[in-house]
Amino acid sequence: MATAGRRPPPALALLAGAVVALLLLPLAYLVIRVADGGGRALDVLWDRSTLQLVVNTVLLVAGVVVAAIVVAVPTAWLVTRTDLPGRRVWAVAATLPLVIPSYVAAFCLLGFFSERGLLQQALGVDRLPDPTGYWGAVAALTLSTYPYVFLLAQAALRDLDPALEEAARGLGVSRLRVLARVTLPAIRPSVALGSLLVALYVLSDFGVVSLMRYDSLTRAIYVQYKSLFDRTPAAVLALVLVGLTAIALVFELRARTRGRLWRTGPGAARRARPVELGAARWPAVAWCGLVTGLFLVLPAGVLLYWLGRGISNDRRVVVPWDEAAHSLGASALAALVTVAAAIPVAVLVHRYPGPLARVLERLSYAGNALPGLVIALSLVFFAARYASPVYQTLGLLVFAYAVRFFPLALSGLDTGLARVSPRVEEAARGLGRGPLATAWLVTVPLVRSGALAGAALVFLSAMKELPATIILRPIGFDTLATEIWGATQVGAYSKAAIPALLLIVLSAPVLWLVHRDSGRLAESGG
Amino acid sequence: MRTIAVAAAVVGALALAGCGGGGRGSDGPLTVYSGREEELVAPLFEKFTDATGIDVEVRYGDSAELAATIAEEGSNSPADVFFAQDPGSLGAVDAQLEALPSETLDRVSARFRDAEGRWVGTSGRTRVLVYNTGQLSQDELPASVLQLTEPAWKNRVGIAPTNASFQAFVTAMRLSLGDEKTEAWLEGMKANDAKTYEKNTPIVEAVASGEIDVGLVNHYYLSLVKEEQPDAPIANHLFEAGDPGSLVSVAGAGVLSSSDQTEDAERFVEFLLSEEAQQFYVDEAEENEYPLVAGIDPPAGLVPLDEIHGPDVELTAFGAELSSTVELLRKTGWLS
Repeated sequence: MATAGRRPPPALALLAGAVVALLLLPLAYLVIRVADGGGRALDVLWDRSTLQLVVNTVLLVAGVVVAAIVVAVPTAWLVTRTDLPGRRVWAVAATLPLVIPSYVAAFCLLGFFSERGLLQQALGVDRLPDPTGYWGAVAALTLSTYPYVFLLAQAALRDLDPALEEAARGLGVSRLRVLARVTLPAIRPSVALGSLLVALYVLSDFGVVSLMRYDSLTRAIYVQYKSLFDRTPAAVLALVLVGLTAIALVFELRARTRGRLWRTGPGAARRARPVELGAARWPAVAWCGLVTGLFLVLPAGVLLYWLGRGISNDRRVVVPWDEAAHSLGASALAALVTVAAAIPVAVLVHRYPGPLARVLERLSYAGNALPGLVIALSLVFFAARYASPVYQTLGLLVFAYAVRFFPLALSGLDTGLARVSPRVEEAARGLGRGPLATAWLVTVPLVRSGALAGAALVFLSAMKELPATIILRPIGFDTLATEIWGATQVGAYSKAAIPALLLIVLSAPVLWLVHRDSGRLAESGG
Repeated sequence: MRTIAVAAAVVGALALAGCGGGGRGSDGPLTVYSGREEELVAPLFEKFTDATGIDVEVRYGDSAELAATIAEEGSNSPADVFFAQDPGSLGAVDAQLEALPSETLDRVSARFRDAEGRWVGTSGRTRVLVYNTGQLSQDELPASVLQLTEPAWKNRVGIAPTNASFQAFVTAMRLSLGDEKTEAWLEGMKANDAKTYEKNTPIVEAVASGEIDVGLVNHYYLSLVKEEQPDAPIANHLFEAGDPGSLVSVAGAGVLSSSDQTEDAERFVEFLLSEEAQQFYVDEAEENEYPLVAGIDPPAGLVPLDEIHGPDVELTAFGAELSSTVELLRKTGWLS
């Protein structure tokens, strides 16, 4: 790192610092609430049931992370590095579950696997195992989060210089050992980052643990708010979640820094020659079929079934266009604002590494494992008291999205900037361009795909976001997510199916945009 | 081309932002926080505007989350009226509610309103045992909720221990039978492997599908599930007089003391108790709730409220009793 130790320009440091300070507002709120509670806070912390909740939560996170890696990494390898038949289609299909909100995924899995669900009706058997609890929660959360790992692993595999693997092969190392000793370690930082995003999602998610009746910290926090109206224990448990985030960050940092590989040769990397699968292609296709079938066809099928049942029961089909426009508008703004806010932090981290950059980057994750309800209430607290003109405006909602989804934007920019050597920028500076011109002419075009990917992830997450949306949206600002929620509240699944399907259909093109852009970039060798 | 598309998207989004952020202020529309589902109560708001010319803006949400929101907003709350699903949510913020005019309060029997007049019940619901008519005939059903701990009911009952309506029922049991008996009952239910659900609707669905045979729920979820599955083999059963299992509770409303439109807000609450609004529960509402104002008959097929003799308890006390109830649920292993 030629630039290590360089002092960042004060304006950049200040900007990045201000962004991170805003991200820490929910934390400040929790501290205020805990301080209000005084000694009671400690009682909650040392309660035996709190320890049980922490254990349950850690088990859930571990289960989902492992499952996500097991699903995502082999699939990513198959679609990027082999001659798998139909690999482009499989690649798109493997990312699509990202557009399915996890609470919808849970509803669909339950509708299919539960007692007297669709599966049991189809099989005509008497009893099926109970699909709720730990394994149900792991399944639904894996469905909604493995695409994070898949997308990052896919990008890493595509950008990996084949020279390393070829060198190992040339030295007589078997193909399997190359995979284990060269390829997998090389993509470990990307898989680690993906796993971190999965872990944060699992820590914050309420919908799935509630529907699957699994006692995690998040569910306990909701119970405190909802049935006790007691904010002190809820705040203590939320701070425990923040503690778990810190542990997840340490794990990720270790996995990220160990075994990092840089390409040494000049010029653009070649694409690797695809591995010929031979007879193994059919098991490979079967694997992709299983992943797609379970995580995409099944939930979509259940939604279509509900829609059909609604139509045959003479329920009026009303397409929620206004709500769709609200979802799209708010999510687009969120994507724009979040990526813009992440730029100073990302630039600081990549161009001026040092203690300040490291601390700010790590701190920016601090609030990310907090449930949407906690983030929403913290913003209610600050906005209603100190910024009433913005309270219950779209601006505050977009701000909440930015707080919740900041790491997604940062991870996108991260992968983008990591690929741009500072030397290219230095060359531009050396040729007489000023810093801003360099950024505009050199850096921006080169990180475009990363920024776009980050923006897309934020957009998709905002489309699905429910708990903060319910509380912070302007009055009458219904979104597709709130429509789904409203219908499922009264058990009207046939009515919920329409906004859910619309949400999926409207989100899918954004994924396609990411695919197309990164594909084109790879083809042009960038 | 791409730049133009991006610019267009941004402008579009900003335009949406413009129409999204509604204005507030003392002469603006009345702001109601509604913990009651839009599906069920939206027509009521339209009727109010038609009748009075006062515009209403409604923030829909979960009753308890809205109560938490009002508490965090403090004296800056934009809400004028809080229309909630249960006495517990109203009780949680009663310090922020002002006393209602006595003409409004008097339209409803004293057992359905706050003792200090800060909120009033607007519609009623009873706790029932929903059962699968294919699995059980009427004479096999228990006379008291206490019988559900008998071995015959092992593995067959569904409850929602985290749900406000179930907790209200447990409070009723504590207040009428005492903590000891309630604790024994909760332990008995645990020993009998009662299945837990998050809410009432999934319980009724599970009964309909035969996953369980009976469930403890509010009466109106039956009609909601029938709406979705018209042929579902389910029916409601009322426990005997005085049984805590047939608690009658209410949804209700109160006026925020921080409101700058107190007069309109009071008119709204008054409207909810008008003949027109009460008749709405009978004639139109999907939910099949009880009207609370005397002289208006309940929807066909429901046992009239004054024939249901629930436990002798004060709804007002429920807010203060909740933490002990939750403590008991925790102690008996129903909550983490």
